[in-house]
Amino acid sequence: MKMINAIIKPFKLDDVREALSEIGVQGITVTEVKGFGRQKGHTELYRGAEYVVDFLPKLKIEVAVTDASLDQTIETITKAANTGKIGDGKIFISDITQAIRIRTGESGEEAI
Amino acid sequence: MESNLNYIFELQYAMDTFYFLVTGALVMWMAAGFAMLEAGLVRSKNTTEILAKNVSLFAVACTMYMICGYAIMYDGGVFLSGITTVAEMDDAAVAAVLASSTEAGFGDMSDYSGASDFFFQVVFVATAMSIVSGAVAERMKLWAFLFFAVVMTGLIYPMEGSWTWGGASVFGMFELNYSDYAGSGIVHLAGAAAALAGVLLLGPRKGKYAADGSVKPIPGANMPLATLGTFILWMGWFGFNGGSTLKLGGIGVANEVANVFLNTNAAAAGGLIGALIVSRILFGKADLTMILNGALAGLVAITADPASPGPLASTIVGLIGGIIVVFSILAFDKLKIDDPVGALSVHGVVGIFGVMVVCVTGGASVSGQIVGILTIFIWVFVTSFIVWLILKMIMGIRVSEEEEAEGVDMSECGVVAYPEFVNN
Repeated sequence: MKMINAIIKPFKLDDVREALSEIGVQGITVTEVKGFGRQKGHTELYRGAEYVVDFLPKLKIEVAVTDASLDQTIETITKAANTGKIGDGKIFISDITQAIRIRTGESGEEAI
Repeated sequence: MESNLNYIFELQYAMDTFYFLVTGALVMWMAAGFAMLEAGLVRSKNTTEILAKNVSLFAVACTMYMICGYAIMYDGGVFLSGITTVAEMDDAAVAAVLASSTEAGFGDMSDYSGASDFFFQVVFVATAMSIVSGAVAERMKLWAFLFFAVVMTGLIYPMEGSWTWGGASVFGMFELNYSDYAGSGIVHLAGAAAALAGVLLLGPRKGKYAADGSVKPIPGANMPLATLGTFILWMGWFGFNGGSTLKLGGIGVANEVANVFLNTNAAAAGGLIGALIVSRILFGKADLTMILNGALAGLVAITADPASPGPLASTIVGLIGGIIVVFSILAFDKLKIDDPVGALSVHGVVGIFGVMVVCVTGGASVSGQIVGILTIFIWVFVTSFIVWLILKMIMGIRVSEEEEAEGVDMSECGVVAYPEFVNN
């Protein structure tokens, strides 16, 4: 089982969610985050005083998938979240040691 | 014939009384405006505290002015002993009022209920006091502020009010030749002077001014509230300036009232436009917080004489106030005097401008206005400074560094404004 952490632009959420449900992904967690990669910030003025806007709003999407569906899920997210412009985001994959469904107690791939 | 005249006099009494009450209620509504404006321009962790400050100072002002302030300013009697109560307004009292009204004729100062006069005056005290709350926001101890409010509303403001609107001589030394229709100096400059004294002893917010001289912005948390507050103040100002005509029943005076409303509105619009244009030129963008300050600056600028100018002149007076306020805000930051909401600029700097403009629009004497400004400023600034200093020595006026970092909502109120974002 793998955990996919995808940082995407906020307005891409609907596209990504629709694309994921089309390939049968049933669960998703979304958090509002701020961040930057190599996308530079810019300066703004508040009451005449300069400040740098380097942390930009993003969304972090967490999806747990089986090993078998990993590649397809990555490809789906990449396609749906892509705009071709700087700041599109990144995807990180990590191993899931265990997964449990709270209501029923199922574990392992059944829980995903 | 005589009984018909009596009815008319009774109506005039009622109308002028009603006018004081309604405009007084509008000025009371400005307290909501200040509360919302300030709540919108501070950080969310400091929201509850500034709201607590605003509601509390209003209550303190009303109470202190009732206890002794009104007596000091207008000889109204300690605990309002000079005001006719409901029980005292019997048939004989009514007949006496009618008799004096008949004697006065439809002249300038017809009679009205003394209680309505107090009601109208007390809301002005609260306005002056609430100017201070914004300038000291985000780092002052709430109780130190409230203790100061007791002295400001019970003594400091009533004293300078007695020398100006009250007509008394200044400590028996000299009389003022000072023209200030609704209080650009008496209310707004006074509030700013008290605020300046406090801010100088308080110091800037942590991290606001860096060692290299750069200014770090500390953006407000809620622009909708700040805007709502500004519009509420704008509307309340119709009562602030309009009620200062002090009378409505009569053709000439009703026309004056209408012009006051018109000019007040025009000045606000002019001030907003002035700040909008300056903001665009200096910053390249329309800084909403500056625009809001601009509208208020326009209102302060016209407050010393909203009756004499024409609508175009009023717009221009406001426009100049709106231009001044932007530069003043930048200047205070250059001087490292931290004012989170721009109160010192809107009410102090533009208040002075508003008072001096009367020399042009209303024929006031330059020396008279200057002496008035200096008297008000020196009295309020020095006495406020002393009170703030005493408070600083006895209990301290600034919260600790940790409390400032955590937010004064927790340290002063124990109630957070937006708890869901902190702990679900």
